Amino acid sequence: MSLAPSEPSWTGALRERVAGALPPEQLLPDRQPAYVRSWIYVFGVLTLAGLICAIASGAVLALEGAAWWHTSSVGHFVNSLHLWSVELFFFFMVIHLWGKFFMAAWRGKRALTWITGAVAFLGSIGTAFTGYLVQSNFDSQWISTQAKDGINATGAGAWFNVLNAGQMLLWHVVLLPLVISALVAVHIVLVRRRGVVPPFGAEEIPPERRVAP
Amino acid sequence: MSPTAGQQVHWAGPWRPYDIVKEFVIALLVVALLTVALAAIFSSPDDKPLTLQRWAQADPSDFVATAVSELDGTSASSGYGAPYDHVAGTGQKLGPISLEHAAGVRIPVDPAQDFVLTPLKAVPNDAALAAALSTYEGAGSSQQSAWATNYGDALSKAPNGDPAQVASGDYGPVPTIVVSLLQLARSGGLDGALISEGRQFYASDYTKPLLFIADGSYFAQLASDQHLAGTQWGMMNETGQYPGQAWLWLYTFWYQIKPFSTSSNADVEVWALMMILTLGLILLPFIPGLRSLPQRLGVHRLIWRDWYRAQDRGAGGRTG
Repeated sequence: MSLAPSEPSWTGALRERVAGALPPEQLLPDRQPAYVRSWIYVFGVLTLAGLICAIASGAVLALEGAAWWHTSSVGHFVNSLHLWSVELFFFFMVIHLWGKFFMAAWRGKRALTWITGAVAFLGSIGTAFTGYLVQSNFDSQWISTQAKDGINATGAGAWFNVLNAGQMLLWHVVLLPLVISALVAVHIVLVRRRGVVPPFGAEEIPPERRVAP
Repeated sequence: MSPTAGQQVHWAGPWRPYDIVKEFVIALLVVALLTVALAAIFSSPDDKPLTLQRWAQADPSDFVATAVSELDGTSASSGYGAPYDHVAGTGQKLGPISLEHAAGVRIPVDPAQDFVLTPLKAVPNDAALAAALSTYEGAGSSQQSAWATNYGDALSKAPNGDPAQVASGDYGPVPTIVVSLLQLARSGGLDGALISEGRQFYASDYTKPLLFIADGSYFAQLASDQHLAGTQWGMMNETGQYPGQAWLWLYTFWYQIKPFSTSSNADVEVWALMMILTLGLILLPFIPGLRSLPQRLGVHRLIWRDWYRAQDRGAGGRTG
């Protein structure tokens, strides 16, 4: 089946561009370079799994409203799922980040992969922070009243009011997850587009002399 | 396996079969099960929030002293500055610039009015209170300040800060005002009054009640009991025995050491430093020296040990 457009169109041009940049066999490859053979490689997908669990548990919390978990044992359990999925998410992400650092994974035109990952990491910290603020308990009170001083000192506190629970709830549930999800999607597409970074020196070996582990 | 038409060739081989969808599904199941197990075993903390009512009942002396500090302008909120109020000489600076001042007062708060006087004006059928409020607001600001300062000093000298044991003095209507506020708080009426201020039905902005609560010592004591205070590396801690926010280690670290630990501009200085380090992390691929650190450190030999061993075994392969 030809992908070439029947006549010039924006749709056809976009399709050609996307398919050329990331054909299906590269978006969902069933093979990897032979050097992709280490436990470190699972931490990226574990991080993604943690993020999905955090979003799913957060969505259940959203179904019943912000105060549900204080009065329902089921709600409290879902809140616990949300807390621990986020803890796992950060645990796996930090190991993934360190692994990518030691692999200098930005090599070979992969700088943007590193950048999107680093920004997603920092954005996740912000998302977790707003999550603490919307627990509507003592922790939220303490964290908000303490954090306000640092944020106010930067001038950002005039707009980003950590004491405004309504504002923080919408940032946590709507704005930041959208941004994080978009960053993660771009990050993953970039990994598929550029491939997994080779070991130091691997590309200097002529292909016919490389040995698969 | 040869590359298909249009495929980006970033690696000329060798390859190995790899099922990324199966890997993803297994990872999702593993993480989901781990999450359920951790949630079932450890649950999550939920310490009840401190209400103005509970504060007034548990520590009335601290509540009254805080109310007086809102009137005499010595509370943290009264002297805060931007973004809450215009107070000369406030605002942390980064060099010559105060970002706080530049942003301006966008969340206006008048502690004396918002936390004390306005809620009391809505109390019905209290002639003594109405008269006290009228006297207070009819006096000049210097008289108001003198009454409140005198009463605050006397309170601090009274046994246990008990308003009932304050020595007599020139306090004007201030004792009536703050004791009425205490009664309003103990009844539970102040919590709703501070958030809605009689104007809103739906309210989600807790700026005013939170600032008032944070002005008191009782709130800080509760936090210290839960090892959440700054001097206890509280930023990284969680209530009870729950894991806290370990990833904030670097941010909170700076507050513990000089010059930040003794600087009056610590917050903005630490934020500026963290922004620089953050940019360094994001732009690491472009920073000479740092970007070549991984190869020098050699941890990659552990990550790719199977690959390097295979090349060593192969004839004439470079090992990196």
